[in-house]
Amino acid sequence: MAYSAGVDVGSTQTKAVVINEDGEIVGRTIIDTGANVVTAAEKSFLAALAQGGIDEEQVEYVVGTGYGRYKVTFGDTQITEISCHARGAVHMFPDTRTVLDMGGQDTKAIRVQPNGEVLDFCMNDKCAAGTGRFLQSAAAALEIPLAELGVVALRAEKAVPISTTCTVFAESEVLSWLGKGKKIEDILLGVHRSIATRSIGLLKRVGIQDQISFTGGVTRNQGMVHVLSEALGTTLNVSEESHYMGALGAALFAMDRIKSSREPVRKEVTA
Amino acid sequence: MSTETNGHEIVGRGAKDGGRLFREWFEALSQATERGDQVAYVFVMGSISEILRAFDFQVSFPEINSLQTAVRRVAHEYLNTAEDYGYSPDICGYVKADVGMQLRGGEHPMGRIPRPNLAVLTNACNTYLKWAEIWERMYHIPTFTVDIPGGRSAGYGANETSGDFKRDRQYVQYQLQELITLCEQISGQKFDVDKLRAQMQYTNDMAKAYKRVLELNQNTPATFNALSEGTIYLGVANGLRGSAEGSQYFQDLVQEMEYKVANNIGTLPEEKYRLVFVGVPCYPIFRRFYELFADWGGVFIGSTYLWFAAGGLELGYEYDLNNPLESLAEGTMLSVRNAMDSMFFQDRALVNMLDPFRVDGIVYHPIKSCRTVSTGLADNRRAVMEARDVMTLFIESDMMDKRVVSEAQMKNRIDAFFEGLATRKLRMSNQ
Repeated sequence: MAYSAGVDVGSTQTKAVVINEDGEIVGRTIIDTGANVVTAAEKSFLAALAQGGIDEEQVEYVVGTGYGRYKVTFGDTQITEISCHARGAVHMFPDTRTVLDMGGQDTKAIRVQPNGEVLDFCMNDKCAAGTGRFLQSAAAALEIPLAELGVVALRAEKAVPISTTCTVFAESEVLSWLGKGKKIEDILLGVHRSIATRSIGLLKRVGIQDQISFTGGVTRNQGMVHVLSEALGTTLNVSEESHYMGALGAALFAMDRIKSSREPVRKEVTA
Repeated sequence: MSTETNGHEIVGRGAKDGGRLFREWFEALSQATERGDQVAYVFVMGSISEILRAFDFQVSFPEINSLQTAVRRVAHEYLNTAEDYGYSPDICGYVKADVGMQLRGGEHPMGRIPRPNLAVLTNACNTYLKWAEIWERMYHIPTFTVDIPGGRSAGYGANETSGDFKRDRQYVQYQLQELITLCEQISGQKFDVDKLRAQMQYTNDMAKAYKRVLELNQNTPATFNALSEGTIYLGVANGLRGSAEGSQYFQDLVQEMEYKVANNIGTLPEEKYRLVFVGVPCYPIFRRFYELFADWGGVFIGSTYLWFAAGGLELGYEYDLNNPLESLAEGTMLSVRNAMDSMFFQDRALVNMLDPFRVDGIVYHPIKSCRTVSTGLADNRRAVMEARDVMTLFIESDMMDKRVVSEAQMKNRIDAFFEGLATRKLRMSNQ
């Protein structure tokens, strides 16, 4: 049995996934990226191997993805996270036609073919508003653990409008609403809706088609899943693996390479 | 002389000679004040150089001066000077670099840009009007605005047989006659229609050759990259329009391109993807920007920049030398209208290019500091994608200001675009 791996080095966290020839996840891990990107990639990869009980020698091909993909020094090739999230989402949810990936600094809307081919994509530009970083700013201002933000937001009765388009200024806007006596949960729901509005703007630019798969670190935020589903009027495809979708896609591309190398005539998927 | 030797001399000649002519042009500008030459500031969209050259004006293109500061990586110094003076970070980068240069007494990386005696502009761009007013205030010089009536209906290409068209042409012609009177006053020279005809003949030759060069890129492999070599050709086309040197340069360029076609010589070592560029190049990282595509084997076989910034040369319009003023009015009007159409209705022109040029993808590059060329690109992109199944990429940066150019973000998008192209090509080859 051959194994492949994908290592997704994101701005905030690094994810690694090891899969077998059937495309099943046998090991996965997530760590904070920190300042040393090379070390983060290595650590996450080794931890995923350990979790799956796989020896490094058994992994025949590794694909690096994410902003730090060129720092996956042990990787065999690099593929952007745009292609990887699309591939991972279609693998996990075959009826996916639109992918929304919300990470630490990037939000991507991707329209895909049934085979995972990217038809069009669109990302936030030069600004982290509408990304996980926006939530981090709110969490810091309200002194609430990031993991609890969504749950608290879901307790809201009436959302407070968050008008700022800047992540940095969001913190001061949140504080100003607190100063006016607004409830924390109402402010948080406003924050979530603000992010959702921006993300849906990106989705509209590529064209929204059912089914929509939600990927990236913010998928762990129940409040965001709820707000997005409500605004889009549909249930989003989300699973425990959604956070790992980029790394999974990378591992799937890696497995393609392993299998195509066994064929008499090999065709490169990427140049 | 053997064919090989000839080939060695021909291939790359356009880039080399273009660079030389460009340097010589800037040298002449640097010496203009010393020699007592009259200087006219003009713009790429509707320069009307033929009239100005007929009065021996040295023509200077502020847009080209400004972009050269970005290519030579000093634009930020000029932008900072203008912003310190009070100009907003959000206005046209070309304007600010020019203001910075004027405030520094014409100091420029290519030489010294002389002060103007006259500025001539059209209404092809709103900023032109405000820009010229700056020189008016700075130098108390006359500025002459040629008001070009726009087309009466949406769409690409003018209806040249309508009554409106004839009246509009007449209106432009009257204005050119007024410009001639003004040129006589400033230069002290009497208008010589035969001298004008000579300039127009050079432009006719240049336009015919320019159009041919663009068309020759239908061949595979592409003979030139519209993003890199193309901008050199464009610079010569604007700076030396209506001159013997400019005309000869383009005759030589056609020879070079035809030679490359005949000998199957492409501009890239290995051409994998044929692309069209929409917008203005990213001059602050000009070479790197080109490499981000060329490293994947992507070659720009065409660019809307080579249309709207070419003063109508892409049309191959031929002036009627028997009716020089009427014809110059018509050519100027068509060139400005076409520049507008190239920006606002480019979707139709792009769709028409896809098959003959065998286009794999289109790259849209809106820029922060020019809303004129950037507004509507998202809609145009959508229209193209609805009309045809073609991959597109939408990346934003700037033509001047490196503060808003994020190479890492651009590379990520460009890489993803090529990954998509690769997957698509593989799928299509398997069908």
